[in-house]
Amino acid sequence: MAKLKLASYWAAACGGCDTAILDIHEKILDLAAAADILFWPIALDFKYQDVEAMPDGHLDVTLFHGAVRNSENEHLARLLRAKSKVLVAFGTCAHLGGIPGLANLFDRRQIFQRVYHTSPSTVNSDGIEPQTRTTVPEGELTLPEFYDTVRPLDHIVEVEYYVPGCPPTPKQIWNVVQAIVSGQLPPKGSVVGASDKTQCDECPREKHEKKITGFKRIATAQPEQETCYLEQGFLCVGPVTRGGCDTRCQLSGVACRGCYGPPPGVIDQGAKAISAIASVIEAKNEAEVERIIAEIPDPLRSFNRFGIPGSLLVRKNL
Amino acid sequence: MTFEPKIVGILCNWCSYTGADLAGTARIKYAPNVRVMRVMCSGRVDPTFVLKAFAEGADGVLVAGCHLGDCHYIDGNYKTLRRMALLKKMLSDYGIEPGRFRLEWVSASEGGRFAEVVNRITEDVRKLGPARFREARKKRISVSAA
Repeated sequence: MAKLKLASYWAAACGGCDTAILDIHEKILDLAAAADILFWPIALDFKYQDVEAMPDGHLDVTLFHGAVRNSENEHLARLLRAKSKVLVAFGTCAHLGGIPGLANLFDRRQIFQRVYHTSPSTVNSDGIEPQTRTTVPEGELTLPEFYDTVRPLDHIVEVEYYVPGCPPTPKQIWNVVQAIVSGQLPPKGSVVGASDKTQCDECPREKHEKKITGFKRIATAQPEQETCYLEQGFLCVGPVTRGGCDTRCQLSGVACRGCYGPPPGVIDQGAKAISAIASVIEAKNEAEVERIIAEIPDPLRSFNRFGIPGSLLVRKNL
Repeated sequence: MTFEPKIVGILCNWCSYTGADLAGTARIKYAPNVRVMRVMCSGRVDPTFVLKAFAEGADGVLVAGCHLGDCHYIDGNYKTLRRMALLKKMLSDYGIEPGRFRLEWVSASEGGRFAEVVNRITEDVRKLGPARFREARKKRISVSAA
């Protein structure tokens, strides 16, 4: 059998997904035995021109990490789509927008204002902002255009598979690699490298009937380590998050923040989190409800931390 | 063209839907802007429904159920009370003005009150103008055109 042709690219991402791929450790050699990696900016010195020179459909599988936030990301998304037989949205940013997607609560103007003018560490007395084109004596310099809205990969191009996680766990990455190498892939559009159950289904903490009379924050209170976080009043979005990560956060002493995205059948993780968490609040009148929910400082960012661009409303209406 | 608000009204079967029915049989005149969707209990209203309504082009959403203590299923509307309070906070994070979303209790005998509630939300939303989420979503694929 001919070796598989693989590519891995990072758009608006932190690099954690690439690191997670390396975290399969010595199995990376098995991967290298089964596949030729033709494009991997973080590890190998191939250029965009090398990808542009490939015939369409040349790559068997491309793992695309990161959201689409500027014109360079979009160009590469379209380019790799054309060159790949199978395009995988790898990691939460490509799947749902991820942490860069929190920028959808602002627009380009507000972000530039903060980053290049008002942030305390900025000294920019000339008020210079990055320009897409700048002429210097040597010629013209270009920068990618910064978009108002961060998009998950499937808003831009068709995607075959989704691998959730911030980052996907090495164990699940290895499962996905094996599935790719053996050719045993599920139907198009599937989420792979995760389970079909929720975090709570897989969480080993003890669960009883939940009645929340107030919320605590992990920064100011010490959770007890055997019982469900939500029962103790710590916000946990495990009830509305897909499993498959071996509940690594809950085992390390922090509640689930939702990076594996919604479980099957859930359209909007944040809306479902409201439904699940509000229904176990122990309050019988409006004043009590207001008092308790006032202790949730930021519902949108707490409940939909990783998925605003992939949610129903996509972005804040400004 | 003048702006006519499109409002989705999600009403519980036992109180508010019957109240709306009463407003009709009593021939009370009220704003025709609310498109009614009947659910068995206001406790059935998943916050997803409200977000979906805005995403699909609604300018406002009204959720109505039995008065607290009168729920046909005993405590369904207490869940609604908590969910919608939390949802309101999230909607403002999304930039949706508070006037576009309303939770009201309307009993089966309150036809007049139903008409008032509908008139009030219609006027509030009319003042706010169209919600533009549908347009924002249409731009999904053609990013570079945006």
